[in-house]
Amino acid sequence: MALIEFTDKGLYCPAGQFYIDPWKPVNKAIITHAHSDHARWGSQYYLCHTKTKPILQLRLGNHHYESVEWNQPINMNGVKLSLHPAGHIIGSSQIRVEHKGEVWVFSGDYKTENDELSGAFEPVKCNTFITESTFGLPIYKWQPQAIIYNNIQQWVLQNIKDDKASVIIAYSLGKAQRVLQAVSKVTENIFAHGAVWNTQEAFLAAGETLPSIKRVTSETDKKEFKNAVIIAPPGADGSPWLKRFTPYRLAICSGWMQVRGNARRRNADKGFVLSDHADWDGLLSAVKATGAAKVFVTHGFQAAFSKYLNEKGIAAAEVKTAYGGEEETEKTTEE
Amino acid sequence: MKEFAQLIFILGTTTKTNEKLKALQQYFAVASDKDKVWVIALFTGRRPKRTISSTLLKTWCAKYINIPLWLFDECYHTVGDLSETIALLTPDEATTTNDKPLHYYIEWFLQSAKLSEEDKKIFMLQSWKALPSASERFVFNKLLSGAFRIGVSQQLLIQALAKVTALEAPVVAHRISGKWDAATISFDELLLSANAKADSSKPYPFYLAYPLEAAPHTLGQPNEWQAEWKWDGIRGQLIKRNNTLFVWSRGEELVTEKFPEYETLFALLPDGIALDGEIIPAVDGKPLPFAQLQTRIGRKNISKKILQEVPVAFFVYDIIEYNGKDIRETPLAERRKLLEEIVGNINHPRLLLSPAISFNSWDVLAMLRSNSREQLAEGLMLKRKSSTYQTGRKRGDWWKWKIDPLVIDAVMIYAQKGSGRRSNLYSDYTFAVKDGDKLVPFAKAYSGLTDKEIAQVDAFVKRNAIEKFGPVRTVKPELVFELAFEGIAASNRHKSGVALRFPRINRWRTDKKADEINTLDDLKAMLEVYGK
Repeated sequence: MALIEFTDKGLYCPAGQFYIDPWKPVNKAIITHAHSDHARWGSQYYLCHTKTKPILQLRLGNHHYESVEWNQPINMNGVKLSLHPAGHIIGSSQIRVEHKGEVWVFSGDYKTENDELSGAFEPVKCNTFITESTFGLPIYKWQPQAIIYNNIQQWVLQNIKDDKASVIIAYSLGKAQRVLQAVSKVTENIFAHGAVWNTQEAFLAAGETLPSIKRVTSETDKKEFKNAVIIAPPGADGSPWLKRFTPYRLAICSGWMQVRGNARRRNADKGFVLSDHADWDGLLSAVKATGAAKVFVTHGFQAAFSKYLNEKGIAAAEVKTAYGGEEETEKTTEE
Repeated sequence: MKEFAQLIFILGTTTKTNEKLKALQQYFAVASDKDKVWVIALFTGRRPKRTISSTLLKTWCAKYINIPLWLFDECYHTVGDLSETIALLTPDEATTTNDKPLHYYIEWFLQSAKLSEEDKKIFMLQSWKALPSASERFVFNKLLSGAFRIGVSQQLLIQALAKVTALEAPVVAHRISGKWDAATISFDELLLSANAKADSSKPYPFYLAYPLEAAPHTLGQPNEWQAEWKWDGIRGQLIKRNNTLFVWSRGEELVTEKFPEYETLFALLPDGIALDGEIIPAVDGKPLPFAQLQTRIGRKNISKKILQEVPVAFFVYDIIEYNGKDIRETPLAERRKLLEEIVGNINHPRLLLSPAISFNSWDVLAMLRSNSREQLAEGLMLKRKSSTYQTGRKRGDWWKWKIDPLVIDAVMIYAQKGSGRRSNLYSDYTFAVKDGDKLVPFAKAYSGLTDKEIAQVDAFVKRNAIEKFGPVRTVKPELVFELAFEGIAASNRHKSGVALRFPRINRWRTDKKADEINTLDDLKAMLEVYGK
């Protein structure tokens, strides 16, 4: 019996009798982070990081939630379980599972660069590592955050100079908070779509400190949008909701912007390659840092990434999951 | 190179024509003379000959960054563009900025044909290392491989040049057309010196029609219009100047040598003439299907056999230069009269007048249009009798009124990732019809779905693909589409025995199951009716 099994409901630990990020309702669900492809509705009990809890409440409604801090081990039916920072979004965690001396870690979604918001990714030693592979091809290499932030800031300043508003498309949970971090250094005139606003409110209520934003409502006077920054989720892109900001320029923040065609397809004025996932080098360094002898590769370029690991002498296999497709791809809209 | 890369970046990303125009103007204002000429050359499809194969580039790049070839290929399938794949894979290594001009690289490529493979490799690697950003490496690679397909139309380039030179757009269009060598001509020689030796081969920019979407009676009185069949051939200009004959295709390609049949017209045509028409294979004045022409287009040497089997004629419909004079401003009715006279005098089976169809009401014309396929025409052309010969695609005076396409229901069996806007999306499909319990592939189609539909098909392919590596995915034959196409012809190069003309997806038949698609017999029946 493996410590973690891949079932049609999700990752399952038979010894501990719990699931991790199940995509069907179960008794006990351990949640890596609150994105909708990892945190689904309908389970009896949820365990997650303290900072994930308010977002789960916002998104899934009232359920039985329990939360823990990172590196705070708990016992689940004799299995030792702990959460460790994954650096993906605020509260995102890797799940470490230990039983009879054997250690497995599920990365959830992660990025290796410290964004100073989500908690720095912590490499966790293990025998078996289950990793995502959203950007698991060597064409995906990210610039340091400081450079990307600077590009975003320069773009906003140029738009202000040209008397245009700056609409920035970013996922409401994760990317929006980073964009806010970047643009608040150059302007205070920041608006947000309802989805971004709600997430922000939940974080503020939970005691996070974030730069202040104004909510876009049907009552907001259009004059207020002049030269403003507006942060909106992908669902707003291409919708008539954007009309009120005219004249504006539109930018998309996503790792997929790395490839010209993806940026062109989105018809944006600007694409910023800003991702909450590890790039190719990040994935490789994370896998190596775990020291794992066996690696399972989930959502993304799992075929290529696992083949490459095998050629490098790390036994790897791909796993089919229901992750990705919601927040991971640029094609679908969030929520 | 930095400025050129910046220009390409803006042209490729901005969606606003005004910003593209501004970027072009800015570039032409600051770039060196040589670079300006090269940009015009590149944007009008005049590129240096390719001297390094994509296989070599791939191999060198994979070795340089130390990844296996299969992984390079995976990257390439995802990006959909070799130049960009290499640009993304190679690291930003340059620390000093030693920017070299665009022409430095192009001139190197021009003389590289005679260099050894090792020398070429050294140059490529040095350049990848020296170019500080992916966008610069991208344009550098693009100079060498593949077409420079960027978000700029010829029209836009002409507009920008017109602004920069204070010339009229049609004058610019004419001057940058035809045969000229970017390596030797200067910007002034090309555009500004009106008296400079006018290149006698230069074609005129083609006047192109928009599809007619409204009902024809919205165009006004029938007697103000001339109707012709819309031929399915290659649009071309036949020009005789200084006792030399030139044949141009619409892609501004000089194709005189590909159609030696027209040489017989040389002695018969007066000097200083430019005719606009269609290059069509025809026997005894009757057109053959376009598929027949395709069998000879790509060939370097036109054999006797081909000349016998697929001889071409020129179906002429307009005259735009006569006695050495540009007569594009003369109304169509007058040009037509002149044309009829000239063609009548020449009276040669290689030069056929595209007949004007007589009609006295739009209803009559609509009935005639429904017979287009029997004429091997794609529909009708409507031209205002008072119209001048304009430049590029313009609304108002010329319209194409095409017939409805043929349609067939088929199932998708293979998918491949696209390129450009469709990179990393399964957007290129192969379709099959039923033959008993077998499926027979018969067409590929790349367009016709909305972005949203492509995303759905993409998700289906990713979930249902059999292979994991390589460019092509075999998928469960489940998704049914209605394909539209303009014509059908017999073909022994295709498994199905038929070749379709311009197949594309008409709509996604989510209401149909795979066992409800059309059969090979249905296709053959269509071939019987429309393909002979």
